[in-house]
Amino acid sequence: MALILNDYLIVSTIIFIIGLVGVLRRKNLIMLFFATEIMLNAVNIALAAISKFHGDLTGQMFAFFIVAIAASEVAIGLGLLILWYKRYNTINLDSLQNMKG
Amino acid sequence: MFEMVAFYIFSFLTIVMFLITVMSKNVLYSLSSLAAGMIFISAFFFLLDADFLGVVQIVVYTGAVMALYAFGMMFFDSIKDVKESVINPKITFVLSGLIALVIVAVFAAPIIADNISAYYPIHKEYGNIQDVGLVLFTKYLIPFEVAAVMLLVAMIGGIILAGKKMDVSITTMPEDEIDAYKHMIEETKDKRWH
Repeated sequence: MALILNDYLIVSTIIFIIGLVGVLRRKNLIMLFFATEIMLNAVNIALAAISKFHGDLTGQMFAFFIVAIAASEVAIGLGLLILWYKRYNTINLDSLQNMKG
Repeated sequence: MFEMVAFYIFSFLTIVMFLITVMSKNVLYSLSSLAAGMIFISAFFFLLDADFLGVVQIVVYTGAVMALYAFGMMFFDSIKDVKESVINPKITFVLSGLIALVIVAVFAAPIIADNISAYYPIHKEYGNIQDVGLVLFTKYLIPFEVAAVMLLVAMIGGIILAGKKMDVSITTMPEDEIDAYKHMIEETKDKRWH
């Protein structure tokens, strides 16, 4: 008995759901960022698994680009977060409701 | 057999670590468990014969992204517990379940359609790293270059956003100058926001 594609996809979906629950219940922005990282990683697992079981390298290529996008997202996001914290002294999501600049 | 044992151990560990990340009230616990989960995820990539992706996962996520988060943490008050004001937890769980169902459907759709042929097939005799290099630097060269430019833009953006007022070094100032500087900062803050 060997592992099949569905095993990996189920694990990936479970991890994605964990990330999704995090995104929905977190109000602290840095915790929200952690949850998005979890979701990106879950998708990477699914892409690598499909890449292996269909014998195609495209999935791994997409996973590389997702890693690059995640890295730049963190850099920009943390920069904005630090800026916000310096001004308002909070990183609560509810403090972002005001659009006045 | 070995593969199955490794798969189950690592899936259990990853899920537990990410659950801690999502449920913990303390930012530091959350960050450390996230880093551990990232390392455990790289085990899946090694199991799936994607060696290069596994190494990239360790280097980029636990090397770069986690270090960046740890750096960002120094700006925030990370000791005190995070208060989450969840207004309606039922809606959260119903929505997550529905979205998860949609995701399962999206993933299941191409598997049901079984007539997929490989676009860039894996060559077993090359080894993963050489294979990845061949495809990445021929078929995906333009996206690769664009990703490099994107990373550069992100770096410059991060520096500009976070580096405001970092041209003044407090460590090289004498005491009275630091006090004057602090006073000046307080005054400008008051002017701007009150």
